[in-house]
Amino acid sequence: MTKTVTDVVCPFCGTLCDDLEVVVSDDGKDLLEVYNACAIGAEKFLHSQAKDRITRPRMRQEDGSWKEISYDEAAEYTARILADAKKPLMYGWSSTNCEAQSIGSEIGEAVGAVMDNTATVCHGTSLIAVQDIGIPSCTLGEVKNRADRILFWGCNPAHAHPRHMSRYSIFPRGFFTGKGHAGRKIIVVDPRVTDTAHVADVHLQIEQGHDYELLDAFRVAFKGEKLPDFVAGIPKEKIYEVAETLKSGRFAIIFFGMGVTQSIGKNHNIDAAIAVTRDLNEYTKAAIMPMRGHYNVTGSGQVWGWQFGFPFAVDLSRGFARYNPGETTSNDLLRRDEVDAVFVLGSDPGAHFPFSSVKKIYNLPSVAIDPHETPTTEVCKVHVPVAFVGVEVGGCAYRMDNVPIETRKVVDAPEGMMTDEEFLKRVFARVKAIKGV
Amino acid sequence: MAEYLIKNGFVFDPVLGIRGDAADIAIKDGKIVETSAVKSPKVIDAAGKTVMAGGVDIHAHVAGPKVNIGRNFRPEDKLFNCKPGHGIERMQGGFSVPTTIRTGYDYAHMGYTTVMEAAMPPLYARHTHEEMRDTPILDQGAYPVFGNNWFVLEYLKNHEIENTAAYIAWLLRATKGYAVKVVNPGGTEAWAWGLNCENIHDPVPYFDITPAQIVKGLIEANEYLGLPHSMHVHANNLGTPGNYQTTLDTFKLSEGIKPNSKFGRDQVMHHTHVQFHSYGGEGFNFESKAPEIMDYVNTHDNITIDLGCVTLDETTTMTADGPFEHHLTELNHLKWANADVELETAAGVVPFVYSANNKANAVQWCIGLELGLLAKDFMRVFLTTDHPNAGPFIRYPRIMKWLMSQEARDQQFDAFKHKDKVIEATNLAGMDRELDLYEIAQMTRAGPAKSLGLAHMYGGLAPGLDGDVAIFDFNPNEPYAPDDIEKAFGNARHLFKSGVQVISDHEIASNGNKRTLWVNAKVNENPQVMRDVKEKFLRYYTVTLNNYEVAGHHYVPNPYVIEVDATQ
Ligand code: SF4
Ligand SMILES: [Zn+2]
Repeated sequence: MTKTVTDVVCPFCGTLCDDLEVVVSDDGKDLLEVYNACAIGAEKFLHSQAKDRITRPRMRQEDGSWKEISYDEAAEYTARILADAKKPLMYGWSSTNCEAQSIGSEIGEAVGAVMDNTATVCHGTSLIAVQDIGIPSCTLGEVKNRADRILFWGCNPAHAHPRHMSRYSIFPRGFFTGKGHAGRKIIVVDPRVTDTAHVADVHLQIEQGHDYELLDAFRVAFKGEKLPDFVAGIPKEKIYEVAETLKSGRFAIIFFGMGVTQSIGKNHNIDAAIAVTRDLNEYTKAAIMPMRGHYNVTGSGQVWGWQFGFPFAVDLSRGFARYNPGETTSNDLLRRDEVDAVFVLGSDPGAHFPFSSVKKIYNLPSVAIDPHETPTTEVCKVHVPVAFVGVEVGGCAYRMDNVPIETRKVVDAPEGMMTDEEFLKRVFARVKAIKGV
Repeated sequence: MAEYLIKNGFVFDPVLGIRGDAADIAIKDGKIVETSAVKSPKVIDAAGKTVMAGGVDIHAHVAGPKVNIGRNFRPEDKLFNCKPGHGIERMQGGFSVPTTIRTGYDYAHMGYTTVMEAAMPPLYARHTHEEMRDTPILDQGAYPVFGNNWFVLEYLKNHEIENTAAYIAWLLRATKGYAVKVVNPGGTEAWAWGLNCENIHDPVPYFDITPAQIVKGLIEANEYLGLPHSMHVHANNLGTPGNYQTTLDTFKLSEGIKPNSKFGRDQVMHHTHVQFHSYGGEGFNFESKAPEIMDYVNTHDNITIDLGCVTLDETTTMTADGPFEHHLTELNHLKWANADVELETAAGVVPFVYSANNKANAVQWCIGLELGLLAKDFMRVFLTTDHPNAGPFIRYPRIMKWLMSQEARDQQFDAFKHKDKVIEATNLAGMDRELDLYEIAQMTRAGPAKSLGLAHMYGGLAPGLDGDVAIFDFNPNEPYAPDDIEKAFGNARHLFKSGVQVISDHEIASNGNKRTLWVNAKVNENPQVMRDVKEKFLRYYTVTLNNYEVAGHHYVPNPYVIEVDATQ
């Protein structure tokens, strides 16, 4: 006999689909099938069942080999390197639950760490722009129920957020959008001909790196002012036409991604995109939303927001919270040799940071807490495997529109494995003992 | 648990009717007890000091999504005010939108022990609860917003009170909410299309219902259930010159409705931050209509209000009144965040600088204080700043000073750039009333506790009430300067929360045992409402019904559930 668990939340991307069904064995140990998920989501669930999975902490030996250690020894090592460091970096936090993030914050506070999450190489620029100009936004259900103008800028949900288009943005039929796709105009701005561009009514194939100009051109076009013949490689007639399409909608939404947050201009691009959205609100209703990547990067920004007041790059080393991106961001700290221990949880900087930063991690006392073997675990001194959040343990996660959803446990973790939260509690207890608080 | 005897303080307690006489207060097992009931108490010498119950805030925005937008999008709000942790005290930051940790500590330093979060978007209930969980010391509850909720709009269009009540009961349980909050009824739904409802008869686009029907229907549903608190409203037209008429029209919707609650409240409507709703005139010639507003409030027993006093600070405005925040950003050109929430509500956030050099801001300052000074019954008129909208809550002691001292008000008048024009547009300069500490205790303790239906727990020092007691370095029988009031009430010497000493000699001594209050209302089974709920989740929400309810220890680790039986 098998059991089907419904309303399962997918712990992969910021779309945070919560309608998955998972078939598990009667004893609740094996995960057999996953329904409703996209290919990457299903893979995440099935991957947790890999037979060769590492289930115990291990420490790198002189000769480069791994030696199994106990969770207590791993907690001791972690507490030591954090407590002994002048300024440890505690990075990641995007693929775990808010409860682990919360205990992590307390540890960070106790040891004077710099807390940073994956926004630092992704939507951190968006967060900076929001601090400059604000952000008119909405929940994804508003898009589903009302939006008739959908603009994807520098993002490709067809690959990065596969169910976004069917659940929220292009295809669903909502309360005021009974015609579904047929009632919506889809615009894609991307230098590449992506799969998302294929379903668009209009694809503006912008010259790479000219986002700011094109965004500004829209602001000009809304006002009916003069444009040069081409902006960012797009003929002005096209720009006027798209501007008119946006203005004439009842509800317009702009989704944007890494193509515009990390290309030349960075936060200034997002400033301009938000200004476009503000302007549109003079004519109709408009909103804008970052396509957040990891399923709970948003949550870590929220937890730090209410505990410290800043969404990423939070430096606690002076005893109070400081925030200065460019100074307190992970790669800047690593490259300038300003941190003397590295703790990674719920992210893979080994794969996503520049090689120069990864080399620094390799040379420092370091620990990686991750269910998987990853490029990061390869360069760290200790690897602590943990249960998969959203598969083997529940907990809160925030969708890209900041909606918090409780993820579900569907199967047991392998015998004796700890969760992020349990392991961090143990580390915190050791930190307190070492610090004598 | 330790026993305490607070000896010889000058006690101000409307519940016991003590007006500054020296008296002893005893605490045992978390409650106030007769002094004879404590055997070997720890004695606190309160001679020459003021003793009051812990403060109760009926309306503040301290936890949840829009508060956190305010924190995260205003790094400048943390400039030069961060405080390192020490001992059991965690690090703190922020001025108008403090971190949750600072929120708990700062309220405690003012002698407050209970704070209600004034607007919880249901879909974001988990977030609101996570923040309250991380706010030390205070007992808290949160009001889910109902005034633009599609279920409510559809039921009340046909005046279906029983269905509305069943839905309210369901949503309170799902979100672990405390009361029925209404913000810009209908106007926020209109805002989803960039529109607004500008008076109580202005129909809501598509839904074919008026704000008047929403407010009246929600009062009736609230009384049908017999909830602890009444319907709690922020009316249409906030902040607009001439809006006092809409406010009076909204008040009048409560006429003829009697409270049905076993929790001891007498009102059926609480209108919040009335300062923002008491404007006459037009455009730049706006003026105070506080007398007209207070005439109504003073003569109608079934209404309570809070002031929403402007404190003349740089702050962060935030409200579920989406169209208002858009209006504000057009006015001051500062950054604007907006968050519309599917089927339920919206929120906007805009920084704002209230300046003594700005005539309009000075007029607003006058209006807030006028409302307080024109009140006849301080059990129905409460001190707030609609934190952080009219100013941060840490200014409550300053507002007490202004309410208690004409000299302090005159000093402020002298600091206004447009003093004469301000005096002309308002009535405050001619008022010599000075409130006393008994009246302050009514408007910050006994009054709000009663209005919330929590007079059996909070707001007084009678035996049986929770052991929430504040001791201030203030001797009312000796001469004092106005600033002494502000200083003393901003820095409690000792504070007890549920019998635990959380402040000792001005220092945080414990993080307390915070509780989250929510209301579990039982109603008759209502298959139609449950069918409607299923249908809306299936078709229009983007989370499933089974993933909507707030459940689990990590959201509400220490619940205090108030049971209401509305089955019949
Ligand atoms: S779209 Fe994202 S959240 Fe949804 S199933 Fe795919 S990976 Fe999971
Ligand atoms: Zn408010």
